[in-house]
Amino acid sequence: MQKAHNLKEYREELHETLDNDFLRTTLDNFAIAYRAGRANAFKGMDVRGLIQEIADSKDAAAQNADALYKEFKANAEAAGVHVHFAKDGDEANRIITKIAKDADCKKIVKSKSMTAEETLLNHDLEDAGIEVTETDLGEWIIQLRHEGPSHMVMPAIHLSRFQVGDLFTEVTGKKQDTEIEKLVKVARRELRQKYVEADMGISGANFAIAETGGIGIVTNEGNARLVTTLPRVHVALMGIDKLLPNLRDALRILKVLPRNATGQQLTSYVTWITGNNECLAAEDGKKEIHYVVLDNGRSELIKDPLFSQVNRCVRCGACANVCPVYRLVGGHKMGHIYIGAIGLILTYFFHGKDKAKNLVQNCINCEACKDVCAGGIDLPRLIKEIHARIQDEDGHPLPSFLLGKVMRNRKLFHTLLRTAKWGQKPVAEKDGFIRHLPMIFSKEHSFRALPTIAETPFRDWWKENRPEVENPKYRVALFSGCVQDFVYPEQMQAAVDVFAANGVAMEFPEKQSCCGLPVQMMGETKASRDVAAQNLRAFEPDAYDYIVTLCASCAAHLKHNYPKLVMDKPSLKLRADAFSAKIIDYSSFVNDVLKVEAKDFTQSGEKATYHAPCHLCRGLDVHEAPRQLIEKSGMEYVECAEEEVCCGFGGTFSMKFPELSAELLKKKLDNVEATGADTLLTDCPGCIMQLRGGLKRRGSKVQVKHVAEVMSKHKK
Amino acid sequence: MPSKEDLYQLFVEKAELVSAKVTTIAHEDDALKYVINLCGEKEACQLLVSGCEADLSDKAEALCETKQKKVIAAPGLNADLYKKLAAQAKKAGFECIDKGMRDHLAGVDIGFTYAEYGIADTGTLMLDCPSEELRLATMVSEFHVCVLPKSKIKANTYAVEKMMLTRMKKTPDYLAFITGASRTADIERVLALGVHGPLELHILILED
Repeated sequence: MQKAHNLKEYREELHETLDNDFLRTTLDNFAIAYRAGRANAFKGMDVRGLIQEIADSKDAAAQNADALYKEFKANAEAAGVHVHFAKDGDEANRIITKIAKDADCKKIVKSKSMTAEETLLNHDLEDAGIEVTETDLGEWIIQLRHEGPSHMVMPAIHLSRFQVGDLFTEVTGKKQDTEIEKLVKVARRELRQKYVEADMGISGANFAIAETGGIGIVTNEGNARLVTTLPRVHVALMGIDKLLPNLRDALRILKVLPRNATGQQLTSYVTWITGNNECLAAEDGKKEIHYVVLDNGRSELIKDPLFSQVNRCVRCGACANVCPVYRLVGGHKMGHIYIGAIGLILTYFFHGKDKAKNLVQNCINCEACKDVCAGGIDLPRLIKEIHARIQDEDGHPLPSFLLGKVMRNRKLFHTLLRTAKWGQKPVAEKDGFIRHLPMIFSKEHSFRALPTIAETPFRDWWKENRPEVENPKYRVALFSGCVQDFVYPEQMQAAVDVFAANGVAMEFPEKQSCCGLPVQMMGETKASRDVAAQNLRAFEPDAYDYIVTLCASCAAHLKHNYPKLVMDKPSLKLRADAFSAKIIDYSSFVNDVLKVEAKDFTQSGEKATYHAPCHLCRGLDVHEAPRQLIEKSGMEYVECAEEEVCCGFGGTFSMKFPELSAELLKKKLDNVEATGADTLLTDCPGCIMQLRGGLKRRGSKVQVKHVAEVMSKHKK
Repeated sequence: MPSKEDLYQLFVEKAELVSAKVTTIAHEDDALKYVINLCGEKEACQLLVSGCEADLSDKAEALCETKQKKVIAAPGLNADLYKKLAAQAKKAGFECIDKGMRDHLAGVDIGFTYAEYGIADTGTLMLDCPSEELRLATMVSEFHVCVLPKSKIKANTYAVEKMMLTRMKKTPDYLAFITGASRTADIERVLALGVHGPLELHILILED
């Protein structure tokens, strides 16, 4: 559970988990096994299509939530079930405690329910003098340890067999082994007597089906079947987000849920309960069943035009499974009760701003969660939006505010960059790196060397050197982004060289500025909008066939976010749509549009490996083009392990969380060095800054280049 | 449309992937023979149920002592078949029951049932069990043995939707998809079979 009061305390907590070797190894192994398992489980299926179907049906269910609840309630009641509505967690807990008291229940067995975690139900029941036992093995373990879950599907993933063995020794009063098989058997026997004694069972529900008034529960252990069968009273607690019109929609979700959660095709048990079924322990032979349907902020959420998509979450936990930050710090630090990307969002809505304000900053915006989400939720965007909202409510931190101010004024920003070139003179090395980090950086930043500002920015070079292209095949505008303009102009120059040789006429609109992603990442929405408007005015999209950028992050931001940022300004929105449609990244342009061929390049056969920038592979769904270009430009492409995993740059993220950035970079560079290649290519100047800086610190011989640079160099 | 034979092949493949033990039988009598043999072979001189050999708390151990004999539970079987099974069980020295599951919550050795449908693409059994006895037999047994008529194998869950709805609308209803044995990976993500439910799932596909 999240306890830190401010970012400093939060970072201290993160440090503790970074030092937990067991957790790190477990999460690493899990992340790698998960990816393979999921791919296998979905083999041959139209995953995108299925996710779209789920998104559509869940969106429709959200819009219809009131009617669905009424239908669900009417059908459930007709079948003998009592249905209650709880506006918040406290009310839900009160209702359930009263049900227990009225039915004279003293002992409760529970199967897993994230919703009950959300309302902290066990505390209230225990305060009322009732014994509650969690029966899901992982939940039982964390209950005995008085902890919250650290993963939605595997709540005790942070614990080792030794910790569990010690815990069970304490519980049984007999010395326990650490063999997992045996520990599971002990839990089986210890919990069996709890089922026998319990007079009430509490479960969650994965589906609440309006057309039947029944629920569906997805489990592997089978505890939900015992919890809903043995005790004479059954209470199911579920959020209104579980409401679905029909069984058909539930079966669609069931196709994705286990596959996305654990890479299983289906869990061992899926239990469909409709009506008050037989119970031989009850006087009349019928079970007393109650459904408690919880709002707790959900109905507000589904009314929000942007956040209504949160209702699509099916609680598979996949967003944590692929999150590089979760993988480093685990669930207790990457969420409050709900964890992972969805956890950061739900924390804000269910548990409040104070619990969420530090968490939401810990998103590196790599989009891995968005890519894997079973409901197609744009998780990173929502996380950033919450960050911005909290800042708007609580005030903006000074650095963020200042950056926003500077970015909105292109001339001031560019003058500052030019001045920095003179300011860095005393610390600049000839090799293009800064010798000592300036005072404002603490030693935590020393994991990578930082580059110097270039002698001549690209925009100045362009004025003197723009090539004349006769009879052009294409007309393009170049978008440089600040890093390639002021730090790595040679990358832009290399691109200009290749473009000119392939009959491309180019313009460089001078009034262009930073794309604005850094301010957006810092939650400076206003500045982000202003910068977008400036850039849109600087480009005349109709004058070009394409707008090309060599920076994957700029490309994804320009393409996907600009139309959203100016949505409320109709004239600018049209322009943004046209602009967005013309944006293309370097590799796609050269490979797919210009269709360069291997015969145009000297074939050196040197080994090169690749790092796929998050905003290229996921942001723009570009996968093959850069790899094909590497081969075409005469090099031998060697695949790197975890090629599409973030390098840890994340722009301002690496300034805010240097420890995490350093760890992500370490993993990346270990994988790069393991390929044996001397050249590492990529498509994003931010990644280059991170990778090159890290390799320099390691004293590695591996050279980092933009794909454009090797193409220009090997061009015949 | 995949043929009946294709669906059968796929079902077997998928069920075995999730640790189910699949056998094809020609006649119902083979199922009875299978159950009696399995019960006999099952940890030969071991009367205890799974976990009872472990060091337990005194209370949990007390439950283990309630089991005196090997038990086969077969609620929901048609009367003739049950009679045959009970006779064979008696001969072999096992207790055979078709009700009173609540007196056997420490566990029974074999739960013997019939499935309504098989779902090929995940190797899943669909069992409708509004009867509590039947539900418990599939849960507190160490080994669950389930007969599935070959003709009842359907391609996927979409193909059983209508049949499910028909049952669900005759409330109350309690329907289950069962895929492999009970499992957990909650400790260090290491797979362990038989947490709260059966340790093994045996599927007998009946040629029909």
